[in-house]
This record gives sequence, structure tokens and C-alpha cells, in this order.
Amino acid sequence: MNSAAVGVRPRGGLNAGRLVRRHGWTVGVYVLLLVLVLFWRTIPANWGSFDVQSLAIDALPLAFAAMAQSVVIISGGIDLSVGSLISLVNVLSAKYMVDMSFRNALLFGALLLAGSAAAGAFTGSLTVLSRVPDIVVTLAMLFVWAGVALEILQIPGGGAPPPYLQLGTGHWWSQWIPSGLVILLLGFAIFWLPLRWARPGLALYSVGSNRSAAYLSGVGVARTRILAYALGGLFAGLAGLALTATSGIGDPNAGQYYTLNSVAAAVLGGVALVGGVGGLIGPIAAAFVVTLVKTMLILKGVDQNWAQVIQGSLIIVVVMIGGLAIRRRGRT
Amino acid sequence: MTAGSPQVATQTARLRAAQRILSDNPAIALTFIFVALFVVTDIVNRAQSGKAFLTPTQVSTTFLYAAPLALLGAGQTLVMLTGGVDLSVATTATTAAFVTSGTAHDHGTGAALLLALGLGFGIGLVNGIGVAIFRVNPLIMTLGISSVTLGALTIYSQTRFVALVPNIVNTLGSSRFFKYVPYDLLVWAPIAALIILGLRHSGFGRMIFAVGDNPVACRLAGVRVWQVLLLVYALCGAFSAVAGILLVGFNDAADLGIAAPFLLPSVAAVVIGGTSILGGSGGYGGTILGALILTVLDSLLTILNAAPAVKQMLYGAIILALAWLYARTSSSD
Repeated sequence: MNSAAVGVRPRGGLNAGRLVRRHGWTVGVYVLLLVLVLFWRTIPANWGSFDVQSLAIDALPLAFAAMAQSVVIISGGIDLSVGSLISLVNVLSAKYMVDMSFRNALLFGALLLAGSAAAGAFTGSLTVLSRVPDIVVTLAMLFVWAGVALEILQIPGGGAPPPYLQLGTGHWWSQWIPSGLVILLLGFAIFWLPLRWARPGLALYSVGSNRSAAYLSGVGVARTRILAYALGGLFAGLAGLALTATSGIGDPNAGQYYTLNSVAAAVLGGVALVGGVGGLIGPIAAAFVVTLVKTMLILKGVDQNWAQVIQGSLIIVVVMIGGLAIRRRGRT
Repeated sequence: MTAGSPQVATQTARLRAAQRILSDNPAIALTFIFVALFVVTDIVNRAQSGKAFLTPTQVSTTFLYAAPLALLGAGQTLVMLTGGVDLSVATTATTAAFVTSGTAHDHGTGAALLLALGLGFGIGLVNGIGVAIFRVNPLIMTLGISSVTLGALTIYSQTRFVALVPNIVNTLGSSRFFKYVPYDLLVWAPIAALIILGLRHSGFGRMIFAVGDNPVACRLAGVRVWQVLLLVYALCGAFSAVAGILLVGFNDAADLGIAAPFLLPSVAAVVIGGTSILGGSGGYGGTILGALILTVLDSLLTILNAAPAVKQMLYGAIILALAWLYARTSSSD
């Protein structure tokens, strides 16, 4: 695949091989998304801004969930509690926002974001302190958060003030620009970009790709891992708030969907499960791809449950291919 | 093994020796916890309703209830010994439950049971293919298979079929003979004996431990790691199917949520039983005790009127605390 890049290795300047190696996968995901969109356009009788709007509504929480998962995976961990943390934030916001003014709802949302970041930091600290594998700690936290969510709201209910719902379901400036998409980009630009290009972001990648080397180079490994989980918690909080805005209710079981699909979107988006590889731009597109596949199946008249089966099978195939890719990389 | 020569058997040395024996044989401590929990439940029950809990009937009921969980834990133990985890055990059990009640009327009990077991084995095999050949993270593979299976089951449950739980399955899952012996022990005990003896004395059993301990060394030593993993996951699916058959016998009807409450406890039972999450050490004996402990704990929480949410949080906390404890004891050696 990249034998040409291995042969010639000029220092400095633009290196086509390295560019392809670094960004090829991400570009591929966007091309895949583009192809799917072109195909999707032909299915409904009169495809228009309404369809774009509903895709953005469906994909927004998953895109944030994929970002949450990606940050943690890049740092060398995995967070199975993302889904139930999303449920928890969703349930909390829907239960208490329903009687609030828009301004208070936004303030409460900010409070919840801080809380979910703290929850993520708590999970991260547990993994660092206990030295128990990430998978086990986050699996336990999955059930703890799901239990808390169920305790807060037993059955789906609650709501949010209409202007808040508009954040997820409305559109700004033009009918073709869903407000959810703008918020997604804002979240990416505010919470990720400043970190990515600064010291903590670099530390994140170094800890993910080789923990001992990072430690020996003076990177605060424990601090960085906790930061990754806190950032993951923050994005999970955004996903939960987005879920409230797009669905209009709180559901203690709504988060289940995001546990697996966030991992799938991260892997499809070019984040390798071994850590240290990938970014957040790819997983965002992958979240749209995963959602679009299901949307298209349902538009084609496929039964909802069959759509779930097909979507799940596709995800398994994706992670299998991802597994093969790791195997290849290990061999060379 | 013991505290060394008698001259230095001071207080601390004796304590350390006791600690050593306990960490070498978690079964002693676990049995103690099981009995203590039973006594606590008895006291609570007497205080609340004036009835005793420490009766032969309740002991027998505990074993009756624990069997499906212990069988789910059986497959989970094997998988966790190899360093993986199977999150599809609950949906596999549900599949077996549905197939048993859905096909027994048209094709007879024997065929229905064989089909259920075969499907369980097949689902496990798919898990194994993903994990062993494609090197997918076990957790993600089994979670994915679980969601696919659940979707397929939802479709199947919407089709028309005559639901019938065969009498023999019903008896097996819910009745007792000689007044106190649950029938499901007839299924559980042989499987348990097979696993405990097989793990200790067969080549395949030793290979499971070896693969969990160091897969790379195993591969270099000529072990076909992928074959071991494939069989382990397939067996896990088959044991889960057995658990599903017992569950449908106990409930007398299959529904989509029949086995879901057992997913986390199946992992918890294995962790409580002292099997390392990283693989390579542990065994099925501990898991059996873990399943019994969780079953009594469940009774205690039911007596205390705890909400399902509280139970869920408690299970999560138990897994975390024990994993932490075991990580600490094994890393200090």
C-alpha cells in the first residue's frame, strides 16, 4: 500500500506518501460519506433541506458520542460508560429543564457539562489509581451510571423549553444549515482544537502510542489519561444534551445505542483501537455514515429491526477490517 | 507454602501466612462470605417479616435460582481465562429460550433443544471467528453480535408461532425431587464437574490458561491460539444456550428480556470467583460460589425492597471493588 512512501523519504517539504498515510483514511471516510449522500439523494421522491435536517437530528448525539470515545481511545483506553453517561445527562436535563426558562436551561446545561466532565475524570482517576484495565472499570461505571439514570427517571419523560429544542432541531441562516451541525462544529472548535494543537493534545497522542516512552520523556501519564477521560465525559455530556434537544424527552435507556456505535464510529473514522492514531474529524463523518446507512435502509422500506441487524452486521465487518489492519501493521 | 520455620512464626508472620492461604484459595473466603450473607439475610428477614431464611427450602431455592447464572458464568469463566469477555451471553440465552419455546410444538422437544444448543454454539462460533481470526477486541465483537442477535430476535418474536415450553424443560427449570434437590442440578452439576476437571487435567484446559497468560509465548511454542479461542467462544455460546433453556423452563414463557438481567451478574460472578480479568488464572469453582453469593445478595436486596437501579449500581461497584482488590493482591507478589 505505502511501499512508495517507504522507498523515498525526503526531509521537510510536502511528502505525498506521509500525507496519504496520515490523512488518507479520513479523506476516504469523507468520500464514502459523499457517495452515500449522492445515493441517498435519489431515494426519497423530493429530497430536500428537510432530509438534511432530519439526518443532522439523528446524527448529532452519535457524532458527539463518537468524539467522546475517540478522545479516550486515542489516549490508549476505551470508555464503555459513554452510553450510560449520555443517558444520565439526557435524563437529568429532561427532568429539570422542562419547567425552566431558556436562559436557565442553558445555565443548567453548562452545569451538566461540568458535571459529566467531572464524572469522566472520576472514571479516569479510578483506572489510573486501581490499575485495573480500562475495559473493566468503564464496564462497571456503565452499570453505575445506568443505575443512577434509572433512579432519576424510571420511564421516558420530561422535556425542555422550545428555544432549547430549536438548538437541536432548528436551522440557522438558511434552511440548509441545521443548527445541530453548527453546534457540532462549535463543540469541536471550542473543546478540541485548542487542546489538539497544544501541549495536552500532544501528550494525549504520546501516551496513547507508547505509555512508557511518554513517561520516560517526562509526560505526566496519569494526568494525561485523566484528562482524556474528562474530555470524553465532556463530549458525552454534549451528546446527552444534544439527545435532549433532538428527541425532546429523557429516556434512561436511550444511551445503550451509543456504547457500541460510538466505538464503531471511532474505528470507522480512522481511530485505531491500539491508541495514538487518528483524530476527531474522521469519527464525526463516520457518525454520519453510520446514521445514514440506517436512514437509507428505513427509507428503502426495510423494517426497523432488520435495519438494526444490517447496521450491526456492517459495524462488525468494519471492526473486523480494522482488526485486520492492525494485524498487518503489526507484521511489517 | 506455610509460614516457614517455627522460630520465626511471630504474630505478623502468622498473619501473612493466613493471608497467603486465603489468596491462594479464594474458595475458603468465598464460602465464608456465602454463609455469612445467608445468616445476614436470615436476620434481616426475621426482623422484617418474622420468618426464617436459613431453611433447607431456601438453600435449595438458592441453588435452583443460581443454576442459570452459574451456567452463564461457566462460559464467561472460560472466555475470561483467555483474557477476553463475552457480552453476548444474555442474548444468546434469550435466543435459546425463544427457539426452545417456538419450535417445540412443530418439531418436537428433542429437535427444539438441539436447535437451541446448536444456535448457541453457532453464535459463539461467530464471536470466536471475530476474536480469534480477525483479532477484533472481544468486548466489541460480542457487543456487536449481541445487538445483531437482539434485532433478529425482535423480528422472530413478531412472527406467528405457537409458543410452547415442553413439560420436561419446565420441570428441569423449576421443580425439585426428594423435596429439596432442584432438577436443574442434574444439568448444572455434570457440566460443572466437566469444566473443573477439564480445566485441570485436560490438555485443552491447560491451553486455555496458557493462552490467557501469554498468547505470544503460546504461539511461539506452537499452540494454535486461534483454534483454542474459537472453541472457547463456541463453548461459551453453548453453555449460555443451556442457561437459556433452564430460564425458559423456570419462567414458562420466553420474552426478549428474559436473560438480560443476568449479563452483568455473569461477569460479576466470575470476578468474585477470583478469575483474573487479564486471563491466565482462576477457575470455575470460584465462579460457582460467586453465582451463589450473588443469588443470596439478590434475595437480600429483594427483601430490603431495593430498586433495580440500586441493584445495578451495586453490581457495578462490586465488580470494580473486587477487580481493584485482586489487581492489588496479584501485583504485590
